[in-house]
Amino acid sequence: MSESTAAMASRSKLMGRRLVNQESILGVTLLLIVFVLSFMSDRFFTPGNLLNITRFFVEIALVALPMTLIIISAGIDLSVGSTFGWSAVMLGYAWQVWGLPLPVAIGVCLATGAVAGLFNGWLIAKVKVPPLIATLATLAIYRGMALGISQARPVSGYPDWFEFFGQGALGPVPTQFALWILLSIVVMIFLARTPWGRYIYAIGSNMQAARFSGVPVDKITLAMYAFSGFMASLAAFIFVSRVTTTRADAGTGLELDVIAAVVLGGTSIYGGEGSILGTVLGVIIIALLRNGLSLAGIRGDATVVVIGTVLILAVFLNRQLRGVEGGAR
Amino acid sequence: MNRGNVSRKAKTASWLSLEHLNQELLLSMVLVVLMAILTIVRPSFISSRNLGTILLDSSYVAVAAVGMTMVIVSGGIDISVGSMLAVCAVVGGLLAKAGVVTPVAWLAIVLTGGVLGFVNGALVAWAGIPSIIVTLGMLSVLRGSVVLFTGGSWIRNLPQGFYVGQQSVLGVPVPVIVMAIVFATAALWMNYMPLGRQFYAVGANRESAILTGIPIKRIQLLSFTLNGLLVGIASLIFATRFTAIQTNSGIGFELQVITAVVVGGVSIMGGSGTILGALLGVLLLNVIGNGLIFLRVSAYWFQAVQGALILLAVVFDIVRKRRLGETL
Repeated sequence: MSESTAAMASRSKLMGRRLVNQESILGVTLLLIVFVLSFMSDRFFTPGNLLNITRFFVEIALVALPMTLIIISAGIDLSVGSTFGWSAVMLGYAWQVWGLPLPVAIGVCLATGAVAGLFNGWLIAKVKVPPLIATLATLAIYRGMALGISQARPVSGYPDWFEFFGQGALGPVPTQFALWILLSIVVMIFLARTPWGRYIYAIGSNMQAARFSGVPVDKITLAMYAFSGFMASLAAFIFVSRVTTTRADAGTGLELDVIAAVVLGGTSIYGGEGSILGTVLGVIIIALLRNGLSLAGIRGDATVVVIGTVLILAVFLNRQLRGVEGGAR
Repeated sequence: MNRGNVSRKAKTASWLSLEHLNQELLLSMVLVVLMAILTIVRPSFISSRNLGTILLDSSYVAVAAVGMTMVIVSGGIDISVGSMLAVCAVVGGLLAKAGVVTPVAWLAIVLTGGVLGFVNGALVAWAGIPSIIVTLGMLSVLRGSVVLFTGGSWIRNLPQGFYVGQQSVLGVPVPVIVMAIVFATAALWMNYMPLGRQFYAVGANRESAILTGIPIKRIQLLSFTLNGLLVGIASLIFATRFTAIQTNSGIGFELQVITAVVVGGVSIMGGSGTILGALLGVLLLNVIGNGLIFLRVSAYWFQAVQGALILLAVVFDIVRKRRLGETL
């Protein structure tokens, strides 16, 4: 019995692949959302508004790139929100308390993120702590570092040129949006066209098999988590530049938004499946929902309810349409 | 695998007899040593008043940790418990405010938890959605609903009889009694009842559980529903202990509970861990939190210490298993 169901499942999976892939479902959903939202508010579908939205989701979108790689490899990084907060604090601290020049302080911020990510990677790849536990622990540690170092005192008063990264624009395109597009393309090519990118899928599908096939599992794991930490600090830098204040609680709950966007984008939480294009669409859908619903006069709390529901529904529909059977985790 | 252990035991018997040092024993030792050190440094730490405070602060976390242990042992995870806590407390508060008889309001708090847990369980077991996704979604859905429903305002000035969490029986605070009853029942149930053992079977190996004829979907549903009821009981303690019910209560509660459970030696991969371990985990975290206050460490460092502790506990567990030759 199990054989025939397995065969059926794999056949319906194949057919499902051909008929509906996750990206086309998301594309249609996106069009529907844009259509409905532009009816609900006439301010929604204007170039000005759409470009403006990008400022608010780039921080999530940047972190979603490495998160996609990590989840494809069957890992997870819960510490990104705290890494974000700690890096933001270090930027302000290095600049104001240590009295370093601002460009150096930015370097300190980015280095903090990379080190935090490397530590995660070391715990997971070398000490063999399960990713969920390792990053749950560092979520607390890094947030604790942010709070402890700053003693929860905010830093502000940044010079004008610093605002370029979060508030400036290249022509009509906000700076951070251009940066995100560029990085998305790079990561997309890396994941789809390079050996290391393909190894990530192999690790997520079957880590033992990948290891026995000579895939450098530990090195890739280390690199992915370090990249994740670095991107969290890059997002933190842009965030500080946008709001021109450093606070220790910056980025609280960021991990949930990021994971929601990645999973909505069709990356399987079990690993082995997913794409950057899907994540990009997932991020945009969540951002449009947030903005559109608030323009239509719906309160932010209702938006949170909508996003939570969309997340559960999306994963459910994805499984139904593609006939995936799996365990519960 | 057991036989392999036995033969290895003989070989490594000299090595500090690690196999006798299980997580529960280790935690108890750490707890005792820590309390001894704190007492030497600050004698007022051991006062019955302070110990009472630690037990009171532990009570509702411990009750929720018992439920979380059941969910994690059977191979799932629930990160929506913080939002559930807020929903349950607000439902009870609003009912009491509307003039509903107090015992009914209390019952409503617990049952709300049960219903929410059932919904989580149904989505996991029947709809086949991974539990981390279901409860991640529910975390936002429930939190958003609470704020929408109450408009973010606090619920206060409830009838005096509502605050059962502030009362004591024979000098023992009610929350501590509730914690003790829940702990004893759950520990016995998980250890000795066939149904309790099936939780471990499902978490350890789904395939063999199915082949053994264990109804895994029903077990999953049951674990989430029981967890919901226990979060309901935790909310009852929480809502009746303080004079105001805030809509932002329980934010980060899920981390507190999961941390305690993991420190208590419950494997996040499912299949192993005990209720006693979870309780010791809760107590240890609260003793450390309380101790840091006594040592006048800035409260802002608390989270970092907590995180470092989880890492220590987990790394120790991994090293121990590696020494014993268990596969991870």
